[in-house]
Amino acid sequence: MDLFTEGDPIADAHAPQGPIETRWARRRFEAKLVNPANRRKLTVIVVGTGLAGGSAAATLAEQGYRVRSYCYQDSPRRAHSIAAQGGINAAKNYRNDGDSVHRLFYDTVKGGDFRSRESNVHRLAEVSVNIIDQCVAQGVPFAREYGGLLDTRSFGGAQVQRTFYARGQTGQQLLLGAYQALERQIGLANVEMNARHEMLELIVVDGRARGIVVRDLVTGEITSEFADAVVLASGGYGNVFYLSTNAKGCNVTATWRAHRKGAYFANPCYTQIHPTCIPVSGDHQSKLTLMSESLRNDGRVWVPKAKGDDRRPKDIPEDERDYYLERIYPSFGNLVPRDIASRAAKNVCDSGRGVGPGGLGVYLDFADAIGRLGRQAIEAKYGNLFEMYERITGEDPYEVPMRIYPAVHYTMGGLWVDYDLQSTIPGLFVIGEANFSDHGANRLGASALMQGLADGYFVLPNTIANYLAAGPFERVDASHPAAVEARRDVEDRIRRLLAVNGDRTVDSFHRELGQIMWEHCGMERSEAGLRKAIDEIRALREEFWRRVRVPGDGEGLNQSLEKAGRVADFFELAELMCVDALHREESCGGHFRAEHQTPDGEAQRDDDRFAYVAAWEYTGGDEPVVLHKEDLKFEYVHPTQRSYK
Amino acid sequence: MNLTLRIWRQSGPEDKGRMVTYQVDGVSPDMSFLEMLDVLNERLILAGEEPVAFDHDCREGICGMCGLMINGDAHGPQRGTTACQLHMRQFSDGDTIDIEPWRARAFPVIKDLVVDRTAFDKIIAAGGYITAPTGSAPEAHSVPVAKADADAAFSSAACIGCGACVAACPNGSGMLFTAAKITQLSLLPQGQPERYTRVIGMVDAHDEAGFGGCTNAGECTAVCPKGIPLNTIGRLNRDYLRATAKRGGTPGS
Repeated sequence: MDLFTEGDPIADAHAPQGPIETRWARRRFEAKLVNPANRRKLTVIVVGTGLAGGSAAATLAEQGYRVRSYCYQDSPRRAHSIAAQGGINAAKNYRNDGDSVHRLFYDTVKGGDFRSRESNVHRLAEVSVNIIDQCVAQGVPFAREYGGLLDTRSFGGAQVQRTFYARGQTGQQLLLGAYQALERQIGLANVEMNARHEMLELIVVDGRARGIVVRDLVTGEITSEFADAVVLASGGYGNVFYLSTNAKGCNVTATWRAHRKGAYFANPCYTQIHPTCIPVSGDHQSKLTLMSESLRNDGRVWVPKAKGDDRRPKDIPEDERDYYLERIYPSFGNLVPRDIASRAAKNVCDSGRGVGPGGLGVYLDFADAIGRLGRQAIEAKYGNLFEMYERITGEDPYEVPMRIYPAVHYTMGGLWVDYDLQSTIPGLFVIGEANFSDHGANRLGASALMQGLADGYFVLPNTIANYLAAGPFERVDASHPAAVEARRDVEDRIRRLLAVNGDRTVDSFHRELGQIMWEHCGMERSEAGLRKAIDEIRALREEFWRRVRVPGDGEGLNQSLEKAGRVADFFELAELMCVDALHREESCGGHFRAEHQTPDGEAQRDDDRFAYVAAWEYTGGDEPVVLHKEDLKFEYVHPTQRSYK
Repeated sequence: MNLTLRIWRQSGPEDKGRMVTYQVDGVSPDMSFLEMLDVLNERLILAGEEPVAFDHDCREGICGMCGLMINGDAHGPQRGTTACQLHMRQFSDGDTIDIEPWRARAFPVIKDLVVDRTAFDKIIAAGGYITAPTGSAPEAHSVPVAKADADAAFSSAACIGCGACVAACPNGSGMLFTAAKITQLSLLPQGQPERYTRVIGMVDAHDEAGFGGCTNAGECTAVCPKGIPLNTIGRLNRDYLRATAKRGGTPGS
């Protein structure tokens, strides 16, 4: 293919050898340590304050490092982890239903369609139990049984009940726990917090990540900040699609800037389309709202059996309804993994049986559950979600089934990291959704919270010490040529964005980019579509730099300028996503290539050719990008055709 | 729907600020309030004018970043709803809508409708936590928590820190915000060891940040998008009284 060349494979992801249950313990023992007195001399920059960044910053500060934390929001408590609804997985086996660390490991590798690293996933499953202990100790008000013990529920892709939750606001409660630990360290002056600051460039000195260039979003001031290591916890890039369940400010800039400085970007095409979101209501739509996967515990998904049946749902008799997930996947039913549920919804809508405006919706019906458990029980479990649905749609889901449709929700791809969560740039660590590491080609529900907190509380604070043990590194300041250059790049870009002074708004470009991506790099991809998308993205990017209008100046709060910088980076990422999707001539997890499906329409993997992580190297924008493959070896979970039937 | 908006414009902290009138036509009842402002801003940008700055992020009522006084009501006319979740079907064609920032001494205006709420973070930093450094936690089931306490703690923990309570309060008090966190943590067994130092630290930080005192006006709870009840403030006061008694001082000293 003309779009990329192949470089050297990645020979070693630095995972320890030996039995998988012993690897994490062995890594912790073999890693170098930093003694407490020396930690005070070491500074770590953490970008982002979500579950991963907040917990990492707090934990590093507790350990004695000096931490400088950055977020674009007005407070670290606003990071988008706060919006996670359903729950967090942990292999506690409190239900005595056959769960174990090994089963969580197995489910996650299988759920990721055999495109993740066994060593990483096993570690994730191991520390999952510590996360619950940690959060309970912080006062996170998880749901409890009458006996005072913790309650759990089921989530997609698992047959055990291992998901801990706090009503429909689990992310909020976990994030506030991490935020409070972080605020404690801020109060103790161990963390310097910089809210309303955005990272716009990475500073690399002598091959090591040594700092970042940030813009104070209130004053417009641009400064260079230095440290012994930099941690990116800046989240995912779902907003490349414009419409997603991400917060409006979520962006790829921090990781993309690091990618341009040499960090490989892995599996960018792995996007999670969440099956249960409130459908688009019109052209004004600015974001999409998720209805938690936990609703599939009690809600039944259906469409009319007949095409174009536009009767009200309650007028459609039982035998004229198609509960298609229960029909096609009897053993998992409504709780199949997200990629499968999303594609099934697309298929029934494509066949003309979708409901609601434009036929882009399916019913999620609680009538049976309300009949069985009573309205009160449903209110107690999902009350806030039902209220949210009613506020947005004006319909009462206790009376009328919800209408839902898939929407972009999470990105499994991200910066490539080794077992220590270190990128290809020494000293640059990447945690949470920003890295690519644990979910393979599809993330299971309630695993994002688990991974964010695993990385931040337990993994990074151990592995980063191995790197910092060689520090403190030589002092650098703003006069260092690398810092001067990084800062000049930032200033030039801002000047260029403001200078175009064209006739289209940033949002109009972002919407158009999103449509291209949704059409060609969304739930179903094809070679012809992806090639078309790449041409369209390039043309639109060129037009952006010719016609965008960014009002105001760079001197103070300028929300249009913030958006323009983020969208400019989304253009570059979008192209790489399409190249990645094009090169991966197989279907796996959230990546579904029309050319590669089984006779009954399921994803057809090609393990002989594609059982690897695709890590992309940036080449300056004009040259074809370079692909580096990291082969995936499966010693414990044998890859099979994933079946939930 | 066609609407007349009167919006507070203020170029920066030093600017005096003023209400400016805009006309917005073709608003769909299915739009959220912020999407209606997006429509206005798109038009202003193309007309060469400065768009209206307002804070927002998740647009699903949970991050707490948005906050607007809409016709004098914090977050607008619909109870239990943040500005981002307010939909235009709550308004009628031809309405005139006043849009202003939170106004409180502790929340200075940065620009237009954007205010600085870091005072809330300072209150949390002064004690709104349970000290449990990573790695030190006991097994989660070693301490059972009565379901009623866990549920009540959750209800207080649902606070999103938006600041509507402060904006609605005639005294600009942040007591509902402070009390919500105190209530959550004091209901849990894990929160007991720091219970009394916490309340003193947080109340002191609250007062230092320039928030006013509580006089039980109750406006805070009426506008709270998460329905945090007024009796949390009673709980705060009780704990504060006990804490000062333990310290041997007088309340408020």
